[in-house]
Amino acid sequence: MREITLSKAVNEAIAEEMRRDPTVFVIGEDVAEAGTPFKVLSGLVEEFGTDRVIDTPIAEPGFMGIAVGAAMTGSRPIVDLMFGDFLYLVMDQLCNQAAKTHYMSGGKLSVPLVLRTNLGATRRSAAQHSQSLHALVAHIPGLKVAMPSSAYEAKGLMKTAIRDNNPVVIFEDKLMYNDKAPVPEEEYLIPFGEAAILREGNDITMVATSSMVQVALAAAELLARDGISAEIIDPRTIVPLDEDTILRSVRKTSRAIVIDEGHQSYGITGEIASRISDKAFYHLDAPVQRMGAMDVPVPFSPVLEDITVPTAESVAERARQLLRGDLFHAA
Amino acid sequence: MSPAKKDKSNREDYLRMYRQMVRIRAFEDNANQLYLSAKMPGLTHMYSGQEAVAVGICEALTSNDKITSTHRGHGHCVAKGAAFKQMFCELLGKEEGYCRGKGGSMHIADQANGNLGANAIVGGSMGIATGAALSAKRLGKSDVTVCFFGDGATAQGLLYEVMNMAALWNLPVIYACENNGYSEYTRTDEIAAGSITARAEAFGIESHTVDGQDVLAVNKLATDLVARARKGEGPFFIELMTYRYHGHHVGDINREYYRRKDEEADWKTNRDPITNFGKWLEDQKIVTADELVGINNEIKAEAEEAVAYAEKAPYPSINEVDMHVFASNAA
Ligand SMILES: Cc1ncc(C[n+]2csc(CCOP(=O)(O)OP(=O)(O)O)c2C)c(N)n1
Ligand SMILES: [Mg+2]
Repeated sequence: MREITLSKAVNEAIAEEMRRDPTVFVIGEDVAEAGTPFKVLSGLVEEFGTDRVIDTPIAEPGFMGIAVGAAMTGSRPIVDLMFGDFLYLVMDQLCNQAAKTHYMSGGKLSVPLVLRTNLGATRRSAAQHSQSLHALVAHIPGLKVAMPSSAYEAKGLMKTAIRDNNPVVIFEDKLMYNDKAPVPEEEYLIPFGEAAILREGNDITMVATSSMVQVALAAAELLARDGISAEIIDPRTIVPLDEDTILRSVRKTSRAIVIDEGHQSYGITGEIASRISDKAFYHLDAPVQRMGAMDVPVPFSPVLEDITVPTAESVAERARQLLRGDLFHAA
Repeated sequence: MSPAKKDKSNREDYLRMYRQMVRIRAFEDNANQLYLSAKMPGLTHMYSGQEAVAVGICEALTSNDKITSTHRGHGHCVAKGAAFKQMFCELLGKEEGYCRGKGGSMHIADQANGNLGANAIVGGSMGIATGAALSAKRLGKSDVTVCFFGDGATAQGLLYEVMNMAALWNLPVIYACENNGYSEYTRTDEIAAGSITARAEAFGIESHTVDGQDVLAVNKLATDLVARARKGEGPFFIELMTYRYHGHHVGDINREYYRRKDEEADWKTNRDPITNFGKWLEDQKIVTADELVGINNEIKAEAEEAVAYAEKAPYPSINEVDMHVFASNAA
């Protein structure tokens, strides 16, 4: 199968959906000629014109609101938010407006829009360009949240998102834009709420999202050398969450680590760990472990930044501790 | 409280302004080299070409006066009195940096000289600057705050919220819009409707447009407005027409698709703020050409020495990673 970059996969997904459905359009900063700073949307304006690939001023709340209104009235906008950190600017339009409109209107209005943005630290971009804020939106009922971990997922999830009748926020890992993965030429969609089992194993389950999937896969390689077999699950969407696949795995392995790049406190790792503890309690041989980003703003200095996120080594080490029983009585 | 500096009119003042502009240029040339030689983590936005704006304005301020800066903030930082060593240390993520390596280029600031911070969120400092002015007024201080931002940032709604309040409450704040013609990869006239100064005027804020390449013109206007703001006649708005020599950031090399090479060459050869001021100083017999060369060489050496120092300086201890998340409440 051909291999393409995550960037190209997103580009293809959007182009295919724009060809398929004339109500789809893209709106955001430097999306047209520049094709975004990460060059993900290059070529779209040439094919679809500036009517459907719309450059905006630096006015995030404004174009987010415009997208909500357009979505309520027959369009399917794809909002391009250059950095996930700018979510704070659009929160009212996204969370008070888009997320609640369907419910508040008693199901009469809907907001089929996609907000595509990114996450991820270790790019030396400091505290306002490095955050992983998916937990923030996952907290809000009415928003779906997709987190592709490779080019394959990025394409399939984007296409599903565009066809969904609800606001969907997609977080891409900005470190992954140039990473290649096999992506079929033929059309495919990835349904929301279906986790992928990326590696089968019996000793421990690792649930990892987005950027942390690669970390978990590398950790599993390290563990394999010690004779430990890890099962890796990528939920792909955190709202809706495929609990069944996760629980089935944990019931088999009896141990779990949840790894996610959001801050550890009050985040995705806590949510998933708690669902496992609630629903697979009698199958567990050890407390479920959470590994998120450190609860600090992302520091600029490389020596500091690098220790704020889980690594293959730290994940593997945690798994070994878990298997040794070291964490059984952890405070 | 030190009194406001008076209009620059003697040799010493002129030479200090010249030197400060050359210092900014030297700082940026070295920062660019650090990037090109892969010694600097991340990216940075060069201030080269806009020196007369930062220097003309900051020379009208005392060290008690406040400024807020932007992602393109090295120039403001130098002009407000920062030292090269701590600045280069910050750029390299070293402990001796002004932000102990936690901020990096996009958050660089010499806080002790009244710089409240560079900001990686476009428009993110507009509220902060206005709040500093409110604070000065409430606390009975005579400080004036200058809010630096770009033409692109005028698209942010926050500006209009805070200008309204600043005007209602007569706050001692000066909004300094550096119009360098571009907002990332887009020409300003494609993203700004109507007139920028008219927007401030709509709130009854006295507005001025000035040649941002002419340090004397900028300084004269700023000196007048700062004095009046101190007397309670603020707020004011200045649009400074200027140009950035480099790409949007150091990595923006191939930019002909949005900006012509001959346009860049025209500004660099005919409208350079340093060359033109140097010529004026010579014409007025304030300095000789040799003296200017001497100044340039001396500053170049100073910058190179600071770079060498910063390269050897230690990184922060990794224990610092969770320091400064919260301020201490100890008396
Ligand atoms: C809220 C927000 N939106 C978008 C960006 C990305 N961005 C960084 S600089 C920039 C352009 C700013 O243009 P302008 O204000 O004219 O400043 P200049 O870069 O020309 O100095 C953009 C869009 C950002 N940092 N923050
Ligand atoms: Mg600009």
